[in-house]
Amino acid sequence: MKPGGDLPVAARRRRKKLTFDKVSFMAVFLGLPLVIYLVFVISPFVQAVYYSMTSWSGFDANMPFIGFDNYVKLFNDDIFMISVRNSITLAIFLPVITVILALVLATLVTIGGSSRGQIKGLKGAGFYRIVSFFPYVIPAVVIGIIWAQIYDPSSGLLNGLLNAVGLDGPANGMLGDSRTAMIASMVVIVWGFVGFYMILFIAAIKGIPAETFEAARIDGAGRFRTAITITIPLIRDNIQTAYVYMGILALDAFVYMSVLNSTGGPANSTLVMSQKLFTTAFSKGQFGLACAMGVVLAVMTLIFSALVFLVNRLTGGSKDVSN
Amino acid sequence: MSLKLSKRSSEIEGHVERKPKESKGDKVVAGVSHTMLALWSLMVLVPLGWTLLSSFKQTKEIFASPFSLPETWQFQNYINAWNSAGIGTYFFNTVIVVASALIIVMVLGSMCAYVLARYVFPGYRAVYYLMLAGLTFPIFLAIVPLFFILKNIGLLNTLPGLIIVYVSFALPFTVFFLFSFFKALPGEIAEAAQIDGAGEWRTFFQVMLPMAKPGLASVAIFNFLGLWNQYLIPVAINTKRENYVLSQGIASVAGQMGYAVDFGQLFAAAIIVVVPVLIVYVIFQRQLQGSVSAGTMK
Repeated sequence: MKPGGDLPVAARRRRKKLTFDKVSFMAVFLGLPLVIYLVFVISPFVQAVYYSMTSWSGFDANMPFIGFDNYVKLFNDDIFMISVRNSITLAIFLPVITVILALVLATLVTIGGSSRGQIKGLKGAGFYRIVSFFPYVIPAVVIGIIWAQIYDPSSGLLNGLLNAVGLDGPANGMLGDSRTAMIASMVVIVWGFVGFYMILFIAAIKGIPAETFEAARIDGAGRFRTAITITIPLIRDNIQTAYVYMGILALDAFVYMSVLNSTGGPANSTLVMSQKLFTTAFSKGQFGLACAMGVVLAVMTLIFSALVFLVNRLTGGSKDVSN
Repeated sequence: MSLKLSKRSSEIEGHVERKPKESKGDKVVAGVSHTMLALWSLMVLVPLGWTLLSSFKQTKEIFASPFSLPETWQFQNYINAWNSAGIGTYFFNTVIVVASALIIVMVLGSMCAYVLARYVFPGYRAVYYLMLAGLTFPIFLAIVPLFFILKNIGLLNTLPGLIIVYVSFALPFTVFFLFSFFKALPGEIAEAAQIDGAGEWRTFFQVMLPMAKPGLASVAIFNFLGLWNQYLIPVAINTKRENYVLSQGIASVAGQMGYAVDFGQLFAAAIIVVVPVLIVYVIFQRQLQGSVSAGTMK
């Protein structure tokens, strides 16, 4: 989507005459959505930046301006820093794991078929697609609740499975042990999103012209080689998109983390920034401080996206591989 | 499976095969692929199957063995979840909020996208970047001021307040998706309609909007799922119990039960929350999977 740019000449000509039809049309079609959007989305973003420099408690008109004190306070707050570290951990591992797993599964579905004749997908690919995508449509809260029960030490599915093969699960459950709680939480999020990205990659791979694969095959490239040197470079933009989306989600992660371990887990091992923000604002009423956390979170999100674009650019992502 | 890795040499004996036969290598690859995909499918299905099974059990049966069938099928769990745990009320709240928000955001979003796709006007670029900002910044940045905006206009903890916030935050995605859709529609048709005497309003509602139906359907499905599953917005700005939506309702059921947990009832509640999205998914899975690709390849 390019702003301005290629507009039909006719549209430009029509701009001249302002009739009632035209004016009312623009006012309602553009004005109404924009006003709602500005009031409920854009203005809160702007206000948050201002509030972050006050020590406002929310329930009086008194809004003392304190400059960057909130930020200084945040960076000296050990527990907040733990939550920052946990969020960064999620932002590093979740996209990598999810994207790689989704890529592997998408590759298996699309080029796992016969190597003779036309490029064929695997038999039963439709079934795998439908099943894998399903977790994406389940509400995140329900995913969290189901997995919290699976990890439950006394009645959970996981310990049940472990017992069935003669092993002992962790006594407090995976979520109750500070060494495993984070990994267990990551498994849940990956479980919820792999299918979505798998479908995205399958669609992208199917968009590659069949001749490209045939040419590679005639040149003697095997499946593995085709996947590494043809498929991945050609769907690079989709991988980048997936990586950014998943990273933004990992920096949020509020629903999953708060349902799996509502208080931040053993020794705060699963406490993330969004949870800390929520309790700071709505339990403690420190609204200025919470807004400062929001700004830190937003800045981290932007840095993350910029880094992904930068790395992709530096490693040659903008080159057209098909030539 | 008794497949072995070997070079495919045996069947090349000079004759031309009409139908490409599967070579041994192919079979191995297919076997490995099927095994891995089947494992993943199990990973997905087992937790869900276990939830469904447990929703028919008594709590002590769930404790006794995770896999056994229920002694007697406890349909009572569903009745309890619906009535005494309040899931029924939350369900109706959710239907009202999601349906209203969905209709409003589809109307406003398609109007806005149509104008952006077909006209130039001063501030065009600004609108574009504002929409982009709404997609990029985390809701968490907005959540505290949003709380006070709603408080000031008296819509905090009300369903209309929740609806309007849902509409606002679903708007940028809707506009972006439909923008590319309206852009692709032939502008000549709109012009033809106007030459025939249709005004701007009529051109949109009677000519252009019906042509955009496939795009509208995809966006509507995504918005439905997104709004049905929304959790952060309601827990922040809709804290009155009788106004709860399903996602926060089930979270409070899970949280409040603490140690005296009726697990069967909890699982039944989970199933009740999932069933509507499951139905939508099964009916629309083709469009949904199609639009995953359409939406990302701009």
